[in-house]
Amino acid sequence: MNDHANTTDSAIAPASTRRPSRKGLGWIALAIAPIVLSGCQIPGFGINEGVTESSHKVYKLWQGFMVTGLIVGGFTFLLIVYAAIRYRRRNNEIPRQTQYNTLVEVLYTVIPTIIVAGLFYFTIVVENPEVAVIKNPPAKVKVVAFQWGWRFSYPENPKVNIVGQTTENPELIMPVGETIQVDLSSLDVVHGFYIKEFSFSQYAQPGVVNKFDFKVDKVGEFQTQCTQMCGLYHSLMYFKVKTIPASDYHQCLTSSNSGDEFVACANKTTPALYHRNTATQGATVHHG
Amino acid sequence: MVDTLQPTTEHAHGDDHGHDEHHGASGLLNWLTTTDHKIIGMNYTVTSVVMMLLGGAMAMLIRAQLTVPDGGLVSLAKYNELFTMHGSIMIYLFAGPFAFGGLANYMVPIQIGAPDMAFPRLNALSYWLYLTGSVTMLLGFFTSGGAANFGWVGYAPLSNAVNAPGAGADLWIGALILTGFSAIFTGVNLVATIFYLRAPGMTMFRMPIFTWNMLVTGILILLAFPVLTAGLVMLYCDRHFGTHIYDANGGGSPVLWQHIFWFWGHPEVYILALPFFGMVTEIIPVFSKKPLFGYKGMVFATITIAALSTGVWAHHMFTTGVVLLPFFSFMTYLISIPTGMKFFNWIGSMWGGQVQYTSAMLFAIGFLLTFLIGGITGILLASPPLDFFTHDTYFVVAHFHSVVIALVIGAMAGIFYWYPKMTGRFLNERLGKLQFWLLTLGGLLFVMPGYLVGLRGMPRRMAVYIIDPTWQNLNIWSSIGGFLMGISMLVFAANALKTLKAPKTAGPNPWDGHTLEWFTTSPPPHHNFYSLPNIKSERPTWDYFHPDAPALTHDDHDPSHVPGAVKADAQ
Ligand code: HEM
Ligand SMILES: [Cu+2]
Ligand SMILES: [Cu+2]
Repeated sequence: MNDHANTTDSAIAPASTRRPSRKGLGWIALAIAPIVLSGCQIPGFGINEGVTESSHKVYKLWQGFMVTGLIVGGFTFLLIVYAAIRYRRRNNEIPRQTQYNTLVEVLYTVIPTIIVAGLFYFTIVVENPEVAVIKNPPAKVKVVAFQWGWRFSYPENPKVNIVGQTTENPELIMPVGETIQVDLSSLDVVHGFYIKEFSFSQYAQPGVVNKFDFKVDKVGEFQTQCTQMCGLYHSLMYFKVKTIPASDYHQCLTSSNSGDEFVACANKTTPALYHRNTATQGATVHHG
Repeated sequence: MVDTLQPTTEHAHGDDHGHDEHHGASGLLNWLTTTDHKIIGMNYTVTSVVMMLLGGAMAMLIRAQLTVPDGGLVSLAKYNELFTMHGSIMIYLFAGPFAFGGLANYMVPIQIGAPDMAFPRLNALSYWLYLTGSVTMLLGFFTSGGAANFGWVGYAPLSNAVNAPGAGADLWIGALILTGFSAIFTGVNLVATIFYLRAPGMTMFRMPIFTWNMLVTGILILLAFPVLTAGLVMLYCDRHFGTHIYDANGGGSPVLWQHIFWFWGHPEVYILALPFFGMVTEIIPVFSKKPLFGYKGMVFATITIAALSTGVWAHHMFTTGVVLLPFFSFMTYLISIPTGMKFFNWIGSMWGGQVQYTSAMLFAIGFLLTFLIGGITGILLASPPLDFFTHDTYFVVAHFHSVVIALVIGAMAGIFYWYPKMTGRFLNERLGKLQFWLLTLGGLLFVMPGYLVGLRGMPRRMAVYIIDPTWQNLNIWSSIGGFLMGISMLVFAANALKTLKAPKTAGPNPWDGHTLEWFTTSPPPHHNFYSLPNIKSERPTWDYFHPDAPALTHDDHDPSHVPGAVKADAQ
């Protein structure tokens, strides 16, 4: 078909065909290291820094991975397209039947190994503190998921229980500036506890209690919902996270006689620092 | 030059699997009782493509529902059935059976110069089990409670008798047990055939790369599928015989189901992918007029992938909180190395070649590009901190659809490549190219907004998303992409139907192929060959027709090489 007349000399000469790939691979290795190390001045690639201590690190990790992915993917993409276009059929000659090139083969084994070693290293650096839990957290909340709603209870004050089903959109109140430990479980099937602005999710499972810590650093309101398929009303299993200053949090928590009172108190103490949408539209956080 | 073998080699397979079937009258009975791997392969191919069209039709309904935040097309309950059956049909009834039951069944014996599969009757049983299983699963739609509705992964305890009381769930389990046995028998057959029925001279390292991929796939099937089947039997016992294996209240463990499921499920990802890797790895060198670059390295990479694939399952379970994150993350990174290396085999095979843009080749290149996107986003998901906030969102849906759309594109490459061999007729190249652009661009348009909307927090398996109507725009784009893919399949159906009346003009070797299937007639005769060439490399047919252009099997840095001239004295 596409018999484009092309200068066959340059097309098949081995010297010109091998050099670009070697050079390109070298460039990649050079380019990646510093970019992964410094996550600043790089776009967010679809996410933002988040509002917890861990989510800031996750944000950097995401940037590093995206940049690496774009370089590696872009390089491979261009190489595929280049090879397909550059070596399109020109005539009926049989090209040189090269099958092996030890150097190239070693390079495309070793370089990916180095890259993923780097990715794994940074993964561990971010992951370890993210999943670590402290011994005596200053705040605690027990989250129980059920078909199709949530119960938030606070061991600090057993009278405070916040329960809501489907679009009742129960509020999970958390302190800012202080570590809160979440005890997550489920009464029936597997549910997904996900907070986008925390860049975090975890399964709520029957028979398993998962513990994790958040240290929130922004006041705000974050609309979210169950993410793991849990039956008929999965797409309507909402909840909302509200973060308020730690002093207000403890003051409200100890002075309330019910979940409703706690929520009312938390809503009163929170200054209108943030832009608030209607409950069903989600909330937007302003980053300083 | 040509060693003439007898058309039928009775001694090569000791059983009498009905030689007279082809001497008797042909007809329905003949077709029903056949043990010929070619007819079984065709049956598999046609059935699985029909399944793909069915699953695709459900995808169209899903995408139509998601064009508006409040749904309205189907109810919450029906939506759950739709995505469950879409995923189940595509994975269990299309992708696997198409690859290892369809094209592999047809091609592997021919590629190694064998007259049939090692166990022809078992092969027939595989197909009928598969067909029965497929019908069983689909019957769910006709039960009063509707089809299975707990997702294609069937997580406990959502799949137990309390949460999924309907018969649809039981039919789903029964179907997976039936198709599971079908897959196991095919796995046995592939492994036995490849180990024992290779023609004289066809050493392991002269096997076509597609056959290598199918050998490794067969071994993976034998490792993985029995685990799933056992897990399903236990699920059935929980539902009906009062056991509490996956029931936390009865002392069981719901997470155990996830472990069992994904212990099958991750190798399954490679069981699905390796055959398609094999197909494009056959196609790219043929249409570049070059040998496969780094053949031996690629074989070892494939074996490494298979070995590692049994140790990565819990990367689907990072958010359960009960798995060792660093271990499974590390294993996943390891497996990405041999997978990534394959790209350079493919590029290296085109490098310096004469790339001919047939439809098959375009599809193969389309496979590389879409699979690349899925591969790169897979690397992101292998990092638990990044998986935490993308898990169960549309980001993951976009990730695995990048991969499975690559598989569909790869399937098309395989169909366009082998169609002349299987039928003697060519598919229309113009329609093929039209389909290529619709499928590839539609696929990209379908997945790209998915990544974005996933990062903006849209969970998967959402019948309605009134919680955030700002997700609508991206969903509309995604749906348009999905519909383009749907149209591309209609183009394909039209193309295939058109050929039914076309004359058989393909001849034995229309593409100047490398491997043995291009040495015999199209379609091949009963028991496949009238004669075989000498097998001195993994390209016996090429060697026969181009005796002066063997592969240069060692590094050759000779700068004085004249373009076009080929060293006949290499090696
Ligand atoms: C026209 C092409 C396709 C379109 C438009 C499409 C669309 C979709 C959509 C929108 C979902 C998400 C449903 C939800 O989470 O609410 C989905 C799920 C899924 N799709 Fe596809 N799909 C296509 C092809 C495929 C293919 C070829 C495969 C496999 C070979 C596949 C396998 C799956 C699986 C396994 C799921 C997950 C089902 C579940 O969540 O339980 N899809 N598809
Ligand atoms: Cu839920
Ligand atoms: Cu849910």
